[in-house]
Amino acid sequence: MTSDAPSLRVEQLRVAYDDRVVIDGLDLDIPPGRITAIVGANACGKSTLLRTLARLITPRAGTVHLDGRSIHDLPTRQVAQRLGILPQSPVTPEGMTVADLVSRGRAPHQTWWRQWSTSDEEAVRDALLATTMIDLAERPVDQLSGGQRQRAWIAMAVAQGTPVLLLDEPTTYLDLAHQIDVLDLVVDLNRLEGRTVVMVLHDLPQACRYADHVIAMKAGKIVASGRPSEVITEELVELVFGVRCQVAPDPVSGTPMVIPIGRHHPGPA
Amino acid sequence: MLTVRLATPPVSWRLRPRLVAVGLTLFVLVFLLFCLGMTIGDVPLGLSDVLSGLAGVGDAGAAYIVQDLRMPRALTGLLAGLAFGASGAVFQTITRNPLASPDMIGINAGAATAVVAGIGVGFGGGLGTTTLGLFGGLATGLLVYALAWRRGTTGYRILLVGIGIYAMCTSLTDYLLSRAQITDAQASIGWLVGNLANRGWENVVPLALSLAVLFPVVLGLARWMGTLQLGDEVAAGLGTPVQPVRLGLLLAGAGLVAFATASAGPIAFVALTAPQIAQRLARLSAPPIVTSALTGAVIVLGSDILARVVVELPVGIVTGALGAPILLWLLARANRSGG
Repeated sequence: MTSDAPSLRVEQLRVAYDDRVVIDGLDLDIPPGRITAIVGANACGKSTLLRTLARLITPRAGTVHLDGRSIHDLPTRQVAQRLGILPQSPVTPEGMTVADLVSRGRAPHQTWWRQWSTSDEEAVRDALLATTMIDLAERPVDQLSGGQRQRAWIAMAVAQGTPVLLLDEPTTYLDLAHQIDVLDLVVDLNRLEGRTVVMVLHDLPQACRYADHVIAMKAGKIVASGRPSEVITEELVELVFGVRCQVAPDPVSGTPMVIPIGRHHPGPA
Repeated sequence: MLTVRLATPPVSWRLRPRLVAVGLTLFVLVFLLFCLGMTIGDVPLGLSDVLSGLAGVGDAGAAYIVQDLRMPRALTGLLAGLAFGASGAVFQTITRNPLASPDMIGINAGAATAVVAGIGVGFGGGLGTTTLGLFGGLATGLLVYALAWRRGTTGYRILLVGIGIYAMCTSLTDYLLSRAQITDAQASIGWLVGNLANRGWENVVPLALSLAVLFPVVLGLARWMGTLQLGDEVAAGLGTPVQPVRLGLLLAGAGLVAFATASAGPIAFVALTAPQIAQRLARLSAPPIVTSALTGAVIVLGSDILARVVVELPVGIVTGALGAPILLWLLARANRSGG
């Protein structure tokens, strides 16, 4: 399904809400077939960038290129067949079952007279299997735990069958076990199905551990991007988050682990 | 869930057996109430007289009573019920809020203001009422959409702006009534409560034509309602042209209400309650359009029969009396789940 490598590129992007410029002069290349994490402090424009990549926000200037064509000129349905987005904390309609929710991910592939083809059926079943939601398929989403609910929404995005998947803070409001669960699932989708994933994450150590590529943003600009082990340094964390810290290798994964210092623990000299 | 598929042409559908069963039951019920309503009148007829009168066989007198005297009223009730029910389903889905039915966001109220203003300046009765009701309803729909627009619209903003417009239209109507001649005011109130008495073919034809045009439009856009139900951002991500679809549905829904109000008056609560009842009967997460329309027809026809059997009351008083408890129940539920 996702053999043709997608390309997602941004050129001289400028995004503003009314008079407030959030992103200015941003260039970006998303590595295909990899997991990219966008990190940064609150209100640095990371979520805005993701939503602009998904054409949910129209930029004032500059272009988002999907497979070499401007995403804003392509028919929205055609974009939806190549690129999926899961916004932050979506609200599920009361009483909607998991299977029903996941089925709606097929909308960009359906027409009025072709609403449930065999490929729709297969894609939904595969998505339910990949997210291990198949046993909960007939349950109403609003009766599930937070982690299961998020899996159901990810299953919807998976059923959409797009080579590119954008996730806006997929671990928000989840407890630690469910955070790890969701991030492991993201890695599965990338490694087993070859999907390109771009996600906004709050937690730096998690971003370092789960992403192949990290983009660090501050005040609407990219200050560093590359492999986590090359990018995440004590200087960068202080620049981006304004926090003194130590960076040590994660004892489990070997990736950089950020340990903030704060005012009450002077730390080693 | 039943799947229907053809290889050539590549057609595929999914049917929910429960929805189909509920729809068929309601369809039969609508037909029964439609016929039952026509048995009532100065000359009582039996159900068999009505059926043979409809078919044009049997007693010529009964056929005349059924086809020429009673059918316009029954058809106006039937079509207005369908229109109110369908448009309620549309509004509740695009705003993702069960309270945001056209009668709560001022569309009926706008139609009413236009009609009362018309009667006040002597532009009332028959075609005048129809035209004004239509104009008022559509203009209010557009006004709500325009005022709710701020880099796009959201369902919540449409509801809030709509409630404001509703209050404004209602007080304007009250003002006009208070300044009107007593005869004009009486004529206005007769229409304002929603009334099926003395309907003629001039009430039926425009409504039937509008349904023939707008109902297919709504059904055509209904596929997108399934994604809009998940929120604007998810819908856009799934390739839905959110704003054009919402504007199209809003205009089609406002058109249905405006035509129905023009013919039958602003019958209260049908657009609010019919979709909620249909949704619960079919056990779905959103109101289904055809089933909501049929439920609307059942409510209007049933209420009209009730209104005439008890005492000769306008139908809107009965739908109001039945609808108010349902509205309270909805509000209580919305409160409990935190909005």
